[in-house]
Amino acid sequence: MSDVTDATTANQAPTPDDAARLADSKKAGPVLAADGTPLKRSLNRALRRQKLRALMLVAPLLIFVLLTFIAPIADMLFRSVENQIVSETLPRTTDLLGDWDADAGALPEAPVYKALYEDIFIAQERKEHTRLGSRLNYELTGVSSLFRKSGRKVEDMGEVYQDQFEDLDEFWEKGENWNQMMGSDDWLADHAAWNEDSGDRQPRFELRDDIAELLPETAAKYEIFANFVQVEDEDNLYTEDPWAVVYSALYDDLTGPNAAQIANYSGFGADKLQAAAAAVSEFETVDFAAAFEDIDKDWSSMDVWQTIQMYSPKYTSGYFLNAVDMQKTPDGPALRDENERIYGTLFMRTMFMSLMITGSCILLGYPVGWILANLPARTANLLMILVLLPFWTSLLVRTSAWKVMLQQQGVINDTLVWLGVVADDSRLALINNQTGTIIAMTHILLPFMILPLYSVMQTIPPTYLRAAKSLGATNWTAFWRVYFPQSVPGIGAGSILVFILSIGYYITPEIVGGTTGTFISNRIAYHISSSLNWGLAAALGTILLAVVLGLYWAYDKIVGIDNVKLG
Amino acid sequence: MADTTSNDAFVEFDRVQKSYDGENLVVKDLNLSMPKGEFLTMLGPSGSGKTTCLMMLAGFETATHGDIRLDGKSINDIPPHKRGIGMVFQNYALFPHMTVAENLSFPLEVRKIGKSDREDKIKTALDRVQMGSFAGRRPAQLSGGQQQRIALARALVFEPELVLMDEPLGALDKQLRETLQFEITNLAHELGITVVYVTHDQTEALTMSDRVAVFDDGRIQQLAPPDKLYEEPENSFVAQFIGENNTLEGVVKEIKGGYAVVELDGGALIDAKPINVSKAGERTRVSIRPERVEYNKERLSPDAHTLKAEVLEFIYMGDIFRTRLRVAGKDDFVIKTRNAPDQVRLKPGQQIDIGWLPDDCRALDA
Repeated sequence: MSDVTDATTANQAPTPDDAARLADSKKAGPVLAADGTPLKRSLNRALRRQKLRALMLVAPLLIFVLLTFIAPIADMLFRSVENQIVSETLPRTTDLLGDWDADAGALPEAPVYKALYEDIFIAQERKEHTRLGSRLNYELTGVSSLFRKSGRKVEDMGEVYQDQFEDLDEFWEKGENWNQMMGSDDWLADHAAWNEDSGDRQPRFELRDDIAELLPETAAKYEIFANFVQVEDEDNLYTEDPWAVVYSALYDDLTGPNAAQIANYSGFGADKLQAAAAAVSEFETVDFAAAFEDIDKDWSSMDVWQTIQMYSPKYTSGYFLNAVDMQKTPDGPALRDENERIYGTLFMRTMFMSLMITGSCILLGYPVGWILANLPARTANLLMILVLLPFWTSLLVRTSAWKVMLQQQGVINDTLVWLGVVADDSRLALINNQTGTIIAMTHILLPFMILPLYSVMQTIPPTYLRAAKSLGATNWTAFWRVYFPQSVPGIGAGSILVFILSIGYYITPEIVGGTTGTFISNRIAYHISSSLNWGLAAALGTILLAVVLGLYWAYDKIVGIDNVKLG
Repeated sequence: MADTTSNDAFVEFDRVQKSYDGENLVVKDLNLSMPKGEFLTMLGPSGSGKTTCLMMLAGFETATHGDIRLDGKSINDIPPHKRGIGMVFQNYALFPHMTVAENLSFPLEVRKIGKSDREDKIKTALDRVQMGSFAGRRPAQLSGGQQQRIALARALVFEPELVLMDEPLGALDKQLRETLQFEITNLAHELGITVVYVTHDQTEALTMSDRVAVFDDGRIQQLAPPDKLYEEPENSFVAQFIGENNTLEGVVKEIKGGYAVVELDGGALIDAKPINVSKAGERTRVSIRPERVEYNKERLSPDAHTLKAEVLEFIYMGDIFRTRLRVAGKDDFVIKTRNAPDQVRLKPGQQIDIGWLPDDCRALDA
């Protein structure tokens, strides 16, 4: 800073002003403004207002884009790895399955089946087991119906315990008694004071501390039950009888390690508990493994358990593997069978057809851009309207029009037959295949190529061509070596626009593409709206986004993004 | 225009006409012939047809009528790239995507000249314009003057015998323009090339050319060497257009002894050389250069007519004094005097007598 001041003032005759400034700048430390604050700070202060005003002006758009564009995209991308549904729906099972080693060849042990019973029981009460079934069905066909079937039958499975407790004492039948036994004193008082008809909120169930220690399993299940009744069903907890799963938990607690302390318990229902503790040794027990096998023998299949184990983690690479025609196996990711691979082909086809479309757009658009750029402004504007005309027509209308044009009995085939170019019995298949998609999409995306080409060509002065010709170049050489290289930025801009638009195109391939002319986007749409496998759709979308960004990067490396001009 | 049909003509325009819209002629009956090695400038106001002539010669416009011959052969039907004419454009037209060397290599490549030959020629051409060290640069990295030098080198690198220049120095500042004017003329004479140079700057035309063709209204008004053009303009357009000029209007009183006596509109009588007048009674414009006007009586011949003048303004310009006078009712009469030690400095309001030699005063068309 001070060097610069010195250099500039050194060449001029010094004025008193200069001398003062010179003296200022020669002092050590930062340059000061007139009032003694550092110059940098006062500059920042002066600019801050401007910056704030600029930010305020763009804020509405910024917020709009963040809320409606960035956030949904981020959410969608997150879905491609998110897999919490398995561990949330089957928390106990997945917990226990962590230690299970599938390679040993043995099915999981009894506690796992017990946990599965509890999980599915709770899940079916919450009606979550079918969702989990559909999720796992993406990975292993048949799981969906297995879960639906199990959900229906699991209710009866633990009733053996409920019946035996109820037979032992009527005390266990009443929800009221359970509340007295499990609920905290505060809650009980609140609940007694609550008037159901008043419309006030029902006091939320609170667990009694000592019972949670004494009967941990039972307390946990009862809490889930109470919560479900109060929140999901919005029923009065006093009038509801506990789920069967609570009784099986009670059985577990009474036979478990804490059983000895029940004798010392003195709270509500202590005598009933002690009586039950004495009686449980005589109880008939349930073999949950066998019971599940009864429901469906798939429960004794290693595949089902392996799938559950593999998809236990909260995040999974499964969707991405699926999107590249691979699958998770116990031995790590592996390619799917030949006949199950579809996405690789689809990605390749999307790339290939997008390239074809971009190429046709260049071939058709370049001469048009040239003519527009070299015509007088009036005529060029008129022709430009014709170029833009398609934008004023609905995309669907244009695409449907191509259907009429291209079909076997359509305008083009009729004309060709009439001209004798093709025989009547060998009409060309121009639609419901790749040809149809390429023709229709080239037409639809052509303006995106012509516009940047035109605006770049407009900036190339005609003197360059004249100069080249005066130097001895033929028309073609002058064009190819002088004009064309200067129009490349326009081709680049147009190609990027057309390629990126076509790679994600959906409607046109859907309508005219048939089965062989569809794009990856059609598959994504299918998974979003029909198969509801959003995770896979998100993974496919993420890959598509990565490919586009990769191509953009490659383009920047090879051609240079500075060489892209829109005008 | 006497030499239109001379046999050693290198470039020849023969009754050439050009119209763009079929209604108006931009170039009306152009006849011009240039010997080899001549530096000819087409000078004229914009819209006078000079650039159109150049473009017809280059082949970018076709003549509506007439013949353009190069070295005796008609080139009307030869496309521009086969004419072998070098051309320098006003906006340089250097190809922005090529380096300086590639720009120079371009005309050689299209002529299929071998690589080592090409490199030699490029080096010579660049050295000729003192740009030898800029071969690897892109045009955008050069200043305007440097770009024009490269454009010149490119137009010369394939050794054309005829080079056309379309206001090549129009976009440069005064000082650079003067340096380049000098360089271009030197180069042209050194290489013995024929140059057709278009400009609207008369100083440029006078300093550079062997001959100047003054264009107006689609015609050549006068074609002459610079000194002749300045000192002996053939009509009032040329007299007005070239250099500074004082004009007095009047009627020819009589013609005697090779001089015309003109009665100015104010009534005063002056002597003038009759150029475009032949008999008494014709209206005329009398033209006299500011530096040929004399107010020091001792320097005037005793029989010369003098005029009364009043000094309106005196401007000190360093090397000269420029004085504005009111003469014969007109107050835009200007005289220029050299700043010599004995020179009188006139004061506004002063009444003086002015006069001139009759040979310096030309009676032109009205």
